[in-house]
Amino acid sequence: MRVGLFVTCLVDAFRPNVGFSAVALLEQAGCTVAVPAGQTCCGQPAYNSGDREDARRIARQVIELFEEFDYVVAPSGSCAGMLKRHYPELCAHDPAWRVRAERFASRVHELSEFLTDVVGLREVDASYAGRCTYHDSCSSLREMDVRAQPRALLGSVQGLELQEMADTEVCCGFGGTFCVKYPEISVRMVSDKAAAVTASGADTLLAGDMGCLLNIAGRLKREGSAVRVYHVAEVLAGRADVPGIGEGDDA
Amino acid sequence: MSAPRPQFKAQAGRALRDAQLQHALTHIRSGFVENRRKALEVLPEFEVLRRAGKAIKDHTLANLDLYLERFEREVQASGGQVHWAGDAAEAREIVLRLCAEAGARTVTKGKSMIGEEIAINAALEAAGIEPVETDLGEYIIQLAGETPSHIIAPALHKTRAQIVALFRKHHAQYGLSQALESVPEIVDEARQVLRDRYFQADVGITGANFLIAETGSAVVVTNEGNGDLTATLPKTHIVLASLEKVVPTREDVNVLLRLLARSATGQAFTAYTSFFTGPRRTDDLDGPDRFHVVLVDNGRSVIAGDSDFHEVLRCIRCGACMNHCPVYNAIGGHAYGWVYPGPIGAVLTPLLIGEEQAADLPNASTLCGRCEAVCPMSIPLPGLLRKHRERQYAERIVPPRQRLALRAWAWLAQRPAFYHLSTRAGMRLLRLLARRHGRFHRLPLAGGWTANRDLPAPQGETFLAAWKRGERP
Ligand code: SF4
Repeated sequence: MRVGLFVTCLVDAFRPNVGFSAVALLEQAGCTVAVPAGQTCCGQPAYNSGDREDARRIARQVIELFEEFDYVVAPSGSCAGMLKRHYPELCAHDPAWRVRAERFASRVHELSEFLTDVVGLREVDASYAGRCTYHDSCSSLREMDVRAQPRALLGSVQGLELQEMADTEVCCGFGGTFCVKYPEISVRMVSDKAAAVTASGADTLLAGDMGCLLNIAGRLKREGSAVRVYHVAEVLAGRADVPGIGEGDDA
Repeated sequence: MSAPRPQFKAQAGRALRDAQLQHALTHIRSGFVENRRKALEVLPEFEVLRRAGKAIKDHTLANLDLYLERFEREVQASGGQVHWAGDAAEAREIVLRLCAEAGARTVTKGKSMIGEEIAINAALEAAGIEPVETDLGEYIIQLAGETPSHIIAPALHKTRAQIVALFRKHHAQYGLSQALESVPEIVDEARQVLRDRYFQADVGITGANFLIAETGSAVVVTNEGNGDLTATLPKTHIVLASLEKVVPTREDVNVLLRLLARSATGQAFTAYTSFFTGPRRTDDLDGPDRFHVVLVDNGRSVIAGDSDFHEVLRCIRCGACMNHCPVYNAIGGHAYGWVYPGPIGAVLTPLLIGEEQAADLPNASTLCGRCEAVCPMSIPLPGLLRKHRERQYAERIVPPRQRLALRAWAWLAQRPAFYHLSTRAGMRLLRLLARRHGRFHRLPLAGGWTANRDLPAPQGETFLAAWKRGERP
């Protein structure tokens, strides 16, 4: 299986370790992974800000880069949702592009969902000593039907105990540009999320989206919380041996 | 329509700092959200019902003229009258004329969002007619001189202590001396006073949850029975309803009522469901002598013909979207600045009062999708919010600085070589600035982010640069 890895712009810029974790997991599952060098971003900032033209041009660029692969996988429910749910809509008015966008969309998957539902991976070869809680990012949950898959894989990690938090399906307040345009509301939402994390008694927070992770980690750190934050792929790939998100080398 | 330009950000900020409001809002989760969840748990066929409801509304909206005309004929056949109002001013005029014909001095009112939309209370007062709200929540906010903050629980933003204080202040004139302790005591106190008002009223104005074309009936649901008393005791009953409330048959209403009650409060059915058809007949024991329906367009026919937004007219005003909206839960209904709050308000308000007037509303959402997930009418609320954003972008309502930043980013995103050069340089710089802390406590240009949360620092090298260098897991 030839998989094109859509790295996502936040993983690329902020957390390369997530990209390497995704590659490791995909290879472990027997896939051949390619990383098209010309990729940038999925176009959500334009799409969600009403700039349809630019969003459409970026969509076409991504489709052209990735349509040669059997599958396109992203370590993000939000970007996968953009590629799978919204690209066809962006290309709907142009008959030729519509067909391409739909064929492309049918091959797009979020990482954990691809590993379990497509490849049939049941367990990973990793260990992590800790009580983890998992935040369901909105697009993973509601656009990509990802809920059970990451939990199932986490269940196979040695030493890891999963401790669900309250309101795990409620938005953390990131929302792309929302968090900078409406910071007060955003902070209120992420404070509620941080409180739920703390109340769960977990020592580690995991999620499948860098946006949520940067947001929640940023709030937890501001509160002085000792909860460690990782992308779920880092734990599944056994690569959570680096400082967590928002942690320094000296922490 | 005269609506003040909502100062959304300022109002939201005030709401976030209002401790009493924040306390009041916490009840949504344990109340509405939890009750709906339980109600759906025991109704596996909810999805089937939901599809049926959507089909009914879609069919009706596609044939709106037909069903409205049928409705009018049936109302006339049962001895009532239909009045068509193009906009809010016309609707107010019609109601005032009908009140004048009835020689009204006091009007009892059931809860009606369209009444809020056309600001009927202010118009009545200006004409020297006293409107008396009979829904407990509406009555409370009338005492407080406020507007509803939720479409099914208008006084949701008030704490019990605030409500008790309101009664103490306003009901002293009716002899209330001791403090009210419990909810039943509050309800009872309001009931005592309202009882007399019902009998004084010359006209009763209710909204309508549905209008039935087949029978010419108006359907009103309440949990307090106040709709019945408002509609049947005075000599004149005026139903105020917007065009999209019409449905073809009684059967259709059954489907929609089941969806409405479960989505709104988690009840299987609302406590009181009344069907009003025409004035009292000779052998009726009660009922008004005159039955009027004011059909208000106020922008509906434009929305119905707008292929981008017509789906919003399926809304049955259950409030589930706002109950589940994390933004509504954070700031409450008044911050939205007009009649309809929450996700439905963010979609509807710009359509009714203008994109520019309500520019913030469609933007102040993370598009988390919970509203669409719970909407019994499957209205694609996040998609409609995006459509508003597209309009704002096309009409250049987006602030120039934001537009410029967006364009610059989009330019880069379409030029991978430049994009990678700048992210690589940017991330390396950020890493250097963060030194070994791993995060920023404060960062120029990121003040919104770092005011109350840290910004995690990047690891340093970008993934694509490392990959190109040949690094592998
Ligand atoms: S949009 Fe949907 S959830 Fe919101 S009030 Fe209307 S019917 Fe209910």
